[in-house]
Amino acid sequence: MAQKILLKNINIPGINTFEVYRQHGGYAAVEKALKTMSADDVVEEVKKSGLRGRGGAGFPTGMKWSFLAKPEGVPRYLVCNADESEPGTFKDRYLMTHTPHTLIEGMIVSSFALGANTSYIYVRGEMMPQIRILEKAIAEAKNAGFLGKNILGTGYDLEIYVQPGGGAYICGEETALLESLEGKRGNPRIKPPFPAIAGLYGCPTVVNNVESIAAVSWIVVNGGDEYAKIGIGRSTGTKLISASGNINKPGVYEIELGLSVEEFIYSDEYCGGIANGKRLKAVVAGGSSVPILPANLILKLANGQPRLMSYESLAEGGFATGTMLGSGGFIVMDEDACVVRNTWNFSRFYHHESCGQCSPCREGTGWMEKVLHRIEYGHGKMSDIDLLVDVSKKIEGNTICPLGDAAAWPVASAIRHFRDEFEWHVNNPKAAMDGNYGLANYADPIPVVEEAS
Amino acid sequence: MATLYIDNRPYDVKEGKNLLETCLTLGFDLPYFCWHPAMGSVGACRQCAIKIFKDENDTAGRLVMSCMEPVGKETRISLDHPDAEKFRKSVIEWLMTNHPHDCAVCDEGGSCHLQDMTVMTGHNYRRFEFPKRTYVNQYLGPLINHEMNRCIQCYRCVRFYKDYAGGKDLDVYAAHNHVYFGREKDGILESEFSGNLAEICPTGVFTDKTLKQHYSRKWDFTFAPSVCQHCSLGCNIIAGERYGELRQITSRYNGDVNGYFICDRGRFGYEAANSVDRIYQPALKEENVSLNQEYIINDIAALLSTSNCVGIGSPRASLESNFALQQLVGNGNYYSGWSDEEHRLNKAALNILQNRTAEIVSLKQIEQYDSILILGEDLTNTAPMAALTVRQAVRKKPVENAQQNINLATWHDAALREYIQQRHSDLFILHPHSTKLDEIATQVSYSTPHEIAAKGFTIAAAIDATADQVIDQIATSLLNAQKPLIITGTSLFNEPLLAAAEAIVKALKKRGKQPGIFITQADCNSMGLAMMNVPPLSSAFSKLSDSTLIILETDLYRNLSTEKADEIMNLPKRIIVFDHIKSTTSEKADIKVPVGMFSEADGTIVNNEGRAQRFFQVFVPKNEWLKESWRWLSLLKALKDGKAIDENLSISNIQSTLVEALPQFRGIEDAALSEDFRLNGQKVPRAPHRYSGRTAMLSNENVSEPKPPQDIDSPMSFTMEGYRGIPPSSVTPFFWSPGWNSVQSINKFQIEIGGPLHDGNPGVRLVNSNSSITPIDFEQKTEKISLKEFEWQLVPVYHIFGSEELSAKAPAIAELTPKPYLGLNQYSLAKLNLQENDMATIEHHGRAYQLPVRLRAEINNEVALILFGLPQTAFFVKPVIIKIRPASNGITNNNSKHE
Repeated sequence: MAQKILLKNINIPGINTFEVYRQHGGYAAVEKALKTMSADDVVEEVKKSGLRGRGGAGFPTGMKWSFLAKPEGVPRYLVCNADESEPGTFKDRYLMTHTPHTLIEGMIVSSFALGANTSYIYVRGEMMPQIRILEKAIAEAKNAGFLGKNILGTGYDLEIYVQPGGGAYICGEETALLESLEGKRGNPRIKPPFPAIAGLYGCPTVVNNVESIAAVSWIVVNGGDEYAKIGIGRSTGTKLISASGNINKPGVYEIELGLSVEEFIYSDEYCGGIANGKRLKAVVAGGSSVPILPANLILKLANGQPRLMSYESLAEGGFATGTMLGSGGFIVMDEDACVVRNTWNFSRFYHHESCGQCSPCREGTGWMEKVLHRIEYGHGKMSDIDLLVDVSKKIEGNTICPLGDAAAWPVASAIRHFRDEFEWHVNNPKAAMDGNYGLANYADPIPVVEEAS
Repeated sequence: MATLYIDNRPYDVKEGKNLLETCLTLGFDLPYFCWHPAMGSVGACRQCAIKIFKDENDTAGRLVMSCMEPVGKETRISLDHPDAEKFRKSVIEWLMTNHPHDCAVCDEGGSCHLQDMTVMTGHNYRRFEFPKRTYVNQYLGPLINHEMNRCIQCYRCVRFYKDYAGGKDLDVYAAHNHVYFGREKDGILESEFSGNLAEICPTGVFTDKTLKQHYSRKWDFTFAPSVCQHCSLGCNIIAGERYGELRQITSRYNGDVNGYFICDRGRFGYEAANSVDRIYQPALKEENVSLNQEYIINDIAALLSTSNCVGIGSPRASLESNFALQQLVGNGNYYSGWSDEEHRLNKAALNILQNRTAEIVSLKQIEQYDSILILGEDLTNTAPMAALTVRQAVRKKPVENAQQNINLATWHDAALREYIQQRHSDLFILHPHSTKLDEIATQVSYSTPHEIAAKGFTIAAAIDATADQVIDQIATSLLNAQKPLIITGTSLFNEPLLAAAEAIVKALKKRGKQPGIFITQADCNSMGLAMMNVPPLSSAFSKLSDSTLIILETDLYRNLSTEKADEIMNLPKRIIVFDHIKSTTSEKADIKVPVGMFSEADGTIVNNEGRAQRFFQVFVPKNEWLKESWRWLSLLKALKDGKAIDENLSISNIQSTLVEALPQFRGIEDAALSEDFRLNGQKVPRAPHRYSGRTAMLSNENVSEPKPPQDIDSPMSFTMEGYRGIPPSSVTPFFWSPGWNSVQSINKFQIEIGGPLHDGNPGVRLVNSNSSITPIDFEQKTEKISLKEFEWQLVPVYHIFGSEELSAKAPAIAELTPKPYLGLNQYSLAKLNLQENDMATIEHHGRAYQLPVRLRAEINNEVALILFGLPQTAFFVKPVIIKIRPASNGITNNNSKHE
């Protein structure tokens, strides 16, 4: 059994209430941090832990905190990004639903570390139940003296507010989130200036993912070094993976980083293998925006070594043969899945969610969506495939925020790895409408064992 | 100074500016959309992409948006790099995926920034093969037309409308490639600066709706540099004519005055020139028949030589015309068209400028002041562009803070606005009622004009006091500011206000400050008339009986009470009116003579800061009567004196006589180049070189093309023949440069982007006399007005549309003119037993007037507001005390609406 940090107590009945959470050692981190540590100590522990942002980019959390500007007389803010809306990612929702106090505790400790007296949890608008759960949790914590004025008599004041978003995917981008939080249209800002210098209301701000903040409590209680021992290399600690698609056991799993992809897909502890005895075709490993990989490349690196669930291993091989851990939205496709249709589906999502601020993404995503739709529905031309590559290349890296990249990568990688499937769609429009290209040459390298089972 | 290597060639450039403006300043053609020189960068359109290199060894480079990159000590960039060129081309390709390509039927065609940029990038092949997205357009009022399908989503419109001009009702809706710029629902745009959208929009989404009534392409217009006639600020405009009709006004960049923008009154008021109220033919009152030119002029000349003549000048006529009238009737017989109050007010304004206690601030310079006190002036409605400038000024301090604290460049617009949030530098407004600028003010207070003046004196005293602690917040702020500015004006007809403003600047000066003063006036040449130093109307009475009275371009009934005006009009034997538009005065005159409006005339006017600016004739109307007043008056003088008629009398001639007679106007000859000026031996053409239809236009009259009219007053020709290239700033009829057909070509006319025009901004500051500082007069010249029961102090409310005489005649402006009303507060309403929308009966000079009541909760108990300048409120020409009949008296109150 691998070590669990965030979901350790997830099966204890009533863990979503303050009492049960407290009975099982909850809020120990608050006591420890506020009573025995300085703000800088907490930052130091988080730095030592090697914790990396769990929202997708994987930027070291401790380092992000240390960049926070601390000018005199200006308030600082911590904003928790709970606008989880990447297709295939649902870990934060799970965490907030079942153990909200993990997040609140992390928020208190993190706010203390950053010197913030007002913190916000920006929750995706569709997650109304979670918003109520969080508000209840905050009220409970406040009742117990863990929030409000003079927490635990330490003189530290903190208020946490839950702010529902309007449901736009773009508001998960940190600067768009800040815009939305300020009550404006959620268009991303140009960086620099970074939020650490001028963020919410023009004040220094840290925006962290739910999972990152939740992990801070454990780090404070057990020490950064302990956390760093878990995982592999620079991918320390545990990670929540939202597994979905054609697998036997979809759900949220907490894994120790460094677990092999093969084990994650096929072991009974995790996904439990491909559903209905089918064979693995492709995996989108980190949420819809990361490059899709065919079975052979997701299970094994180019050099034949097994690929691991870690930031480095998944990215191994760059765009040619690698992908990214992203937010941990692990989407598995079996032999019956159509990559073209899937790509069109993603593309439709990114087109719809483009904020419309900068030209490449605003116009490019719509164009790609239309071309993909045409190919999927049997009206494509061979030149469309190159057109898609061209448009996606021009979007990539040339937009204000990463949504442009997120929209371009799935298309570019699908064509990179599954070009023959696209060509088959163009050449066999009728067949493409009725049937499926199938597994073709993306055979997962370990079919025999799985077929036998 | 920094070195910028562009494609390996070094240039000396200013550090800190962004690469886009630097490249444009250097004369490079780099396409852009979302950047605007007045509004800075947001990096959204991605059109201005260039390659930037780390050092000379870096060959790969990095694609960046030039508008978002500052110029460093040594920067290496490439505009021509294939990657950059390809990317810029693909940005146009993206924008074109949904642009309807309806150039042929689009109002913007031929002056379209999108067209220019498309050609500049070289995009010409279409790979997008899908239907384009479409929108439903909105009705945005009579001024602006909306055509969303053309939108390329550069966000400039909302950035100007909301961020720059403080508008509330235009916004961006929806997302992805279906972003919509418009109002929440159909309706009239509320901003006073909405017309600028037509120039801000790089394509044809927002266009001038009045132009649509008589549309013409930019290349088909005949243009002339002109000066707005609709308030005292003297914003520079370009007036365009086609087929003998004034058809369009656009802003003309002047870095000292209006910058890139003008207000809606200035832009859309021009239709007065085509209004049904124009006087086109001379007429005698009795017979009301038209007379031939020779007869009537000789007739008038004969009249003038046989009787004693009196002349009444005008604050909306040019200096030359006023002067020609003065010459005609003789110095002692010439009076301004002002009442005593207006006379004193405008003289006081002039005196303050002449004293030079404070810096005379030009319109654009307001932006440099960091603490502003507005004393009794509703800028948004009396001098709209000043309100726009004040909106920029209050950002000054926060922008400086942003630079100091987090090193944000001034052009980094989005980040600045995020950082600044709602913060602004100090702005204090003392006014009888709420104004639109209140929302950005530090402190506002509503009181009677006299109380405002009294408060002004208190502030002055607080500043003057040598005590270390100044208790007054306004005084403290002005004292602590780097550059304090006092804005006041004549709109409340309150002389003590001006005295109070003067006392404040004097006190500030005494405390070692360099205060600025900005005084707005009523008319486009109010300052000019004040400088002429002529007596007011009241002094004319003794001379009027049995005289021949010549009234120049003024309506006495706007300046005087009806009784007083009637008195004047009844005294003379004969009244001759020279005017271009009908008024109560002109209709009562014995003889009315039509003259040219600003578009048909040459002249000089002096704006509120004493800047003499020249406006040029746009076209020669077919109607030979429509000439400058000064030309008619000079002709009459020659006839009267029995001298030879100078057929070629030019504006230079009259200006030299003027300067000789009135030396205070020395310098007006330099406001524009003289008619002798030539470039390469050529005149400057008023029409673009692509002007079409010249030979066909008049073929219904004569198949032979007539000789084009000659301009004896300016170095400009009335045709497209002449010098090709950038003309001197004072005679720039339009902005055009090869490859830059839109108004954005202004970049090529400036020394640096956003800076002065190539040979300096046109206009000459006349008020330069530097007299010694007189001691501060704290004596409160404000006498407390005591009101009897049921008496109120009537205070004027101005509205940008309707309060000004000429623009109100334009149909689009007339549509937006509010209905007259009487504004009272809760206390007054209760006292009068009135409710909103009831008809109130006002007693004044023994007459009764009825007006609907509107609740203005913020105003003082003693104040009743009345909309100024409308025909229905014409009885009100200066502050008066009125009696309002309470409803309980049961005389005339119309309560039917509430029953």
